[in-house]
Amino acid sequence: MRLADTLHFARAAATGYPARTALSVLAMAIGVAAVVVLTALGDGARRYVVSQFSSLGTNLVIVLPGRSGTGGFNPATAITSTPRDLTIDDAASLRRLPAVARVAPLAVGTSEISAGGRLRETMVAGTARDYFAIRNFEIAQGDALPDDDWNRGAPVAVIGARIQEELFGSTPALGQRVRVGDRRLRIVGVLKPTGQGLGMNTDELVIVPVALAQAMFNSNTLFRVLVEASSRDAIPAARESVLNTLKQRHRGEEDVTVITQDAVLATFDRLLGALTLAVAGIAAISLAVAGILVMNVMLVAVTQRTGEIGLLKALGASGRDIRRAFLAEAAMLSAVGAVVGYLLGQAGAFALRQAFPVFPAYPPDWAVIAGLATALGTGLLFGVMPARRAARLDPVQALMKH
Amino acid sequence: MPLIELAGIDRSFLLGDTTVHALAGLNLQINAGEYVAVMGPSGSGKSTLLNLLGLLDRPQAGTYRLDGRDVTTLSPDEQAAVRSAKIGFVFQSFHLVPRLTAAENIALPMTLAGIPAAERQRRVDQALKDFGLDHRADHKPDQLSGGQRQRVAIARATIMQPPLLLADEPTGNLDRHTGDEVIHLLEALNARGVTLIIVTHDASLGARARRRLIMEDGHLKSDSAAEA
Ligand SMILES: Nc1ncnc2c1ncn2[C@@H]1O[C@H](COP(=O)(O)OP(=O)(O)OP(=O)(O)O)[C@@H](O)[C@H]1O
Ligand SMILES: [Mg+2]
Repeated sequence: MRLADTLHFARAAATGYPARTALSVLAMAIGVAAVVVLTALGDGARRYVVSQFSSLGTNLVIVLPGRSGTGGFNPATAITSTPRDLTIDDAASLRRLPAVARVAPLAVGTSEISAGGRLRETMVAGTARDYFAIRNFEIAQGDALPDDDWNRGAPVAVIGARIQEELFGSTPALGQRVRVGDRRLRIVGVLKPTGQGLGMNTDELVIVPVALAQAMFNSNTLFRVLVEASSRDAIPAARESVLNTLKQRHRGEEDVTVITQDAVLATFDRLLGALTLAVAGIAAISLAVAGILVMNVMLVAVTQRTGEIGLLKALGASGRDIRRAFLAEAAMLSAVGAVVGYLLGQAGAFALRQAFPVFPAYPPDWAVIAGLATALGTGLLFGVMPARRAARLDPVQALMKH
Repeated sequence: MPLIELAGIDRSFLLGDTTVHALAGLNLQINAGEYVAVMGPSGSGKSTLLNLLGLLDRPQAGTYRLDGRDVTTLSPDEQAAVRSAKIGFVFQSFHLVPRLTAAENIALPMTLAGIPAAERQRRVDQALKDFGLDHRADHKPDQLSGGQRQRVAIARATIMQPPLLLADEPTGNLDRHTGDEVIHLLEALNARGVTLIIVTHDASLGARARRRLIMEDGHLKSDSAAEA
């Protein structure tokens, strides 16, 4: 029997029993759709986290005051040693290090901002000009903070898009005076709107010189020091030299924590990658179940069509012809199921992306290929047994069943 | 050389503890172009004989030579090839594939034999014309009358132009008139040289055949050729 005829015959057989064909196609489709949607979710989560981390800046080395992170929480040191302040001078000392491109000190707090009788609560970030470059902030109007001495807090502020809108509406904000806490500041810049991200929402942020923020919040320590390494390869060297410099400045005590964005990112990447794999594995189980269902459906088909098989043999069909016809039918059920499932899954992922636009719910290629291959594989594998059973039927016995 | 040569054929079935000898020590020769009716009481082994002749069944003992070739020792797939090329079956209950149209049912043996679609189409068109089924080509079996179904079955049995045509009670499910039509078709095929073997309970049908075999308990009770 020719291949085209075998396929044609198998298709006619499959469509001749719509209910059981629909059932096995559906089972296979659900399995494949589950793989596609679940891996889209998992990989979407991974991409989301990775992109959010990247938006914090590139090649970042972050300094936190206090010893934590590495080695875990240590109750002894937590009680006995209060961490030394991480000062503006500490941060400034890092600017001259060879592997370091940019440094920005960061002090944060909340305060009230008011202008023209309107008042609201806001997050205040005290930092320096390089912060804008490190975080890739885009300026809508005016300029970033002036490139002053970090210890001299000029009375200026850069405000987020939302703040500008709420306090000034459509009137220009640039050059206007606002009151932040007990200070009167002049607005020198407005940030472009960005929306919600993993870090701070910059739309509702007021950025002022770091010395000013420290004075406002009456604190000497920094919240963070952001260090941008000169290149990706320079990150370990930058981390090392930052740590050494601060240790020296703190009389040999290692009382800061230095984390690299890369390490955090890699951890999340691995974690969420593993999660996606696990989810794909679970979905694959439903594919195996679908495969077993296809096998049962095909076994029923063999029983149902025993008479027909006998007839085909009487008409000159070889065992090979029969085996191939049934195998083709099983493969067809699986293939159609896989394609339907793929389309359903892609539609599901599309719906997810529509519902949550920030969430890149695209199924990874490997998952799609593995899902389709598993569907076809199980379909064929579980089709072999019924097909062989059909091929071995005794023609006379089979004919008598008609 | 005879077309069919059976020598010492035994075929028994195990039914529980008892062995039923459906065919016992059967010897038979049939020449090419003969028209043979196989008759006898129910359970005498007629269908068993026909199945054996059609290579659907194997004897426990004895040899079967078809066209001079011992076919009892062939593998199942080799036997399938012989069936495809040399044997056509017509059954009492038609045995059409219900989801295929009349034309597709007729084409089935050619499809199985791997004959190209164009050639199949040509031969099916001719067969539809020959058997008066021109306007029924796209009908499914359940849209055909009994006589039409049996004509489709005969068209299918002869589409590969086999030298041997086996019919097991081909008129058993048909009324007298339609049955006669079917018999005339089969006889016309025999007239063109096809060896025709018909199992029948109908004495008047049996009388039409040039040679009559009467079976009883797995033996040949009488053979009109031997008496002549
Ligand atoms: N598959 C089988 N298993 C057991 N016994 C069988 C089988 N096929 C045939 N027989 C037995 O072999 C004997 C001959 O059967 P066969 O079908 O050849 O009779 P028949 O002459 O065709 O009868 P009928 O006129 O009723 O069709 C019967 O006794 C039957 O019971
Ligand atoms: Mg019988």
